[in-house]
Amino acid sequence: MNALQRHRRLTTIWASDPGLRGWFTTVNHTDLGRMFLMASFFFFIVAGILAMLIRAQLATPHSAFAGPEIYNQIFTMHGVIMMFLFAIPTFEGLVVYLLPKILGTRDLAFPRLTAYGFWCYIFGGTMMLVSMLLGIAPDGGWFMYPPLTGPLYSPGINTDFWLIGITFVEISAIAAAVEITVSILKYRAPGMSLDKMPIFAWYALVTALMILTGFPPLILGSVLLEVERAFGFPFFQADLGGDSLLWQHLFWLFGHPEVYIIFLPAAGVISTVLPVMCRTTLLGYGWIVAAAVALAFLSFGLWVHHMFTTGIPHMGLAFFSAASTLVAVPTGVQIFAWIGTMWRGRPELRMPMLHLLGFFVTFVIGGLTGVMVAVVPFDWQAHDTAFITAHLHYVLFGGFVFPVLAGLYYWMPHVTGRKRFFRLGEFAFGMIFVGFHVTFLAMHWVGLLGQRRRIPTYAPEDGWTAVNLISSVGSFVMAIGIAMVLIDVILNVVTAVRGTRNPWGAGTLEWAMIQPAPAYNFASLPHVTERDPLYGTPDMALRLARGEGYLGEPRRDWRETVTVDIASGRPDFHVIYPANTRLPIVMSAVTGLFFLSLLLKAYWITPFAMAGVAVLAWRWVWSLGRKEDIGPQAIGQDITVPHAAQVARAPGWWGSVFLLTANATFFGSLLFGFAFLWTVAPGWPPTEWLPASLWELGLGLLGAALAPAAMHGASRALRRGGRPRLGLALAFGGTGMLAVSVGAMMLHTPPPVEHAYNATLFVLGGYAMFHVTLGALMIGFLAARVRRGYASAARQSEFPIVTLWIDYLAAVGALALLAGHLPGLLA
Amino acid sequence: MLAGAAAIFALVMVLLALPFLRRGKDAPEARGIKVWIIGLGLAFPMAVLAALLAYGLTVGERLLPRAEDGAIRVEAEGRQSGWTFRYADQPGRSTSGVLHIPAGRPVDVDITTGDVIHSFWVPRLAGKLDAIPGYVNTLRIEADAPGDYAGVSAEFSGIGYAGLTFTVTAHDEAGWQAFLGDDPQ
Repeated sequence: MNALQRHRRLTTIWASDPGLRGWFTTVNHTDLGRMFLMASFFFFIVAGILAMLIRAQLATPHSAFAGPEIYNQIFTMHGVIMMFLFAIPTFEGLVVYLLPKILGTRDLAFPRLTAYGFWCYIFGGTMMLVSMLLGIAPDGGWFMYPPLTGPLYSPGINTDFWLIGITFVEISAIAAAVEITVSILKYRAPGMSLDKMPIFAWYALVTALMILTGFPPLILGSVLLEVERAFGFPFFQADLGGDSLLWQHLFWLFGHPEVYIIFLPAAGVISTVLPVMCRTTLLGYGWIVAAAVALAFLSFGLWVHHMFTTGIPHMGLAFFSAASTLVAVPTGVQIFAWIGTMWRGRPELRMPMLHLLGFFVTFVIGGLTGVMVAVVPFDWQAHDTAFITAHLHYVLFGGFVFPVLAGLYYWMPHVTGRKRFFRLGEFAFGMIFVGFHVTFLAMHWVGLLGQRRRIPTYAPEDGWTAVNLISSVGSFVMAIGIAMVLIDVILNVVTAVRGTRNPWGAGTLEWAMIQPAPAYNFASLPHVTERDPLYGTPDMALRLARGEGYLGEPRRDWRETVTVDIASGRPDFHVIYPANTRLPIVMSAVTGLFFLSLLLKAYWITPFAMAGVAVLAWRWVWSLGRKEDIGPQAIGQDITVPHAAQVARAPGWWGSVFLLTANATFFGSLLFGFAFLWTVAPGWPPTEWLPASLWELGLGLLGAALAPAAMHGASRALRRGGRPRLGLALAFGGTGMLAVSVGAMMLHTPPPVEHAYNATLFVLGGYAMFHVTLGALMIGFLAARVRRGYASAARQSEFPIVTLWIDYLAAVGALALLAGHLPGLLA
Repeated sequence: MLAGAAAIFALVMVLLALPFLRRGKDAPEARGIKVWIIGLGLAFPMAVLAALLAYGLTVGERLLPRAEDGAIRVEAEGRQSGWTFRYADQPGRSTSGVLHIPAGRPVDVDITTGDVIHSFWVPRLAGKLDAIPGYVNTLRIEADAPGDYAGVSAEFSGIGYAGLTFTVTAHDEAGWQAFLGDDPQ
């Protein structure tokens, strides 16, 4: 088989469906990455237009452009769209497109999940757009502090759009984070040990882990606030044992890591592009990885610096002020490592480099003002003024938009296969750079003059008129620059001439393929022996196309790849990906129906939507099964590895581990909320505890012990070729006992609308009940597998996955029951 | 702080510009790590930040209210409709939109809210402090000279946010006694 035949054969196997249909059934990461990026850029334009409206409003005093009702929606939506519908999805799109290519493999770990996440993002984003077009968009600020956003002061549907729409969109972030983590750990080219991994993948890994632990507190906060709004559970109402500060803690527990979730992928772009622009390699690879990890850890310890003015104790202030300044250290390490890289090489002022310089100038200023606001007395003055607005735009535009534009120009030839022809880009960069700094330097100034954030208008006597006008003019210059980038990209995509492969002379694997990328990425998978494989093997692309790597011979209609051992990069097991399917878009539509029913308070639809999701999820997993053993597979180079169905730690097991990480963070946040209300909120202790019952508690704990023990037994039995039925039946019984015990607890909980204690307990019970149902469904699924002959010792990988979930169920069930019964027992 | 920030910014810009002027020589990586990462990346920010933090914490400590110094106590309650002030020295007395204090004496403002979260901010007298449901936050302010000081709500609170302002009137000793002498409204 020659290279061309191999290309044709692989293309038939991997290609998306032709025509319009292909858009809806594709599970290919190249397609979905491009779709993600197009959608996120669309939202960037939308939010940019909103920013123009804000600047138009503030350009003159006593502006009659928009009243406060509309203006509040405009600035809220500007922030919400930029954060949730532009920044995070851009990270997802970039990583979905690049990661398998840069890691030398053929797709991400869970192709259908990529598609599901994308459609959740599109449907959720559409909900937000619709709310804006109808003039009922969220208007409580992107941070949504209750009680302003509570049922009493915001009775309209506006706030519900935020809580429900954004939670819907967050599904895509969590899905992408699980997928990215598993892909980086397991789906790499053979030989690529962790220390040979491209720096971009390290950054993506750290970011994904941060999403898994940073987003759940926000999701929890949204759930609690929506439950308060819809059913009157008083989580955030001080007179009923709630506390509005709980929201602030949950929100910033997410909100500060969010800043680094946005910055780190951009730093990954810089670390990848900058050395290539300087004809050298990155200085201090290990140091940069360590700095990124340190940044991730530190970023979870400084959320309180957004709350310096809420009256928290002085020791707290000192601690969080120290942590906030400390975070500048790993950032400094990265900045100076990059500058050191420039000193080592010969920097050339090509198009991506211009934006990288824009990054340096802007981000360093943003970092310095960041250190200023970490100083508590300064923050007491600057907090909630335009100074903060200016600071955060320096950090986010400097730390995200400039690097992303650098990445756009760097990888555009890869996406289009064309050479830049129209030279609008340099001029556009000048406009953006000058426009940005005029806009936001002025905003620092007017902030120090006392202009608050989020005011719709001001008086001429305030003395802010000239500065605001300058700022507005600058913003329009910047907007023209962005529009020129858009035109530049479109012109180049549509009309420019064909380019050469690897135009920048880069060393990473994404340039070792045809450009634009084929559906299968690599005709055969490379064996990696160094960090920049193309520097050592410049003819890598040709060799791979000739089938000299792994899995060079297409078999049946299998979309094949091979996973590796996490640390060493040795080949681990063989994977067959699922093919094109409509399932992801249908399932996200039904998920959307669930959220829509909550939004419109059509609660009778909700159970049907949940059942629909369950049925589709069942089909989703069922279709992966096989009735015959596949057995070990040869992957070329005389290496044979087991198939994924045979191993105890299949991709689904790894995915479950990281999904459960996010889930445990959610549950942990709930317990944190419980403890926080108990110790800090006014109005505690409640008048009555849950009437404790040793019988109910004992039954539940027994179930929590029985279910996992029986599941482990069933797993072991199958692995040894025995019959797992008895174990499954006992495990099912164990979940039943848990269900009875949790149900009794929820039934005996005093009315949840009367006190935050009751409400929290009810939600804990509901959480446990949800997992009991999930566990029962999973055990039922395995029983059906066994009955229909889909399980054997060589097809056993689903059993450890369910065991993992049952272990988790037992743990959270027991904890929820203890949290419910112990106070009453001890009282 | 501004001068320090400007100096650091200038340093980074010079370091950024130089490699374009000089043609790079491939120095050994170990040396680069020593200079750039350990020296400039780790040691330099740590030294600067430690100094800044110590300064910030001492200044912050000085701004805190202390119980023993016999400060005047007033209460400020924020609402979406405006601020109301009450006076410990004259129970029952309340004023709307104007807070009366004596000049030259420390005043502790007990900040509360009647509805959503607000923030009490008189830029020339002190930093801001939030009014949060269920809590009383105390802010120390002191006006050096008699006169009117503009105050604003500095936490977004919905439709009327822009207009949510108030005035702090600092009286000289005679004026303050006269104010206290007025009949309660």
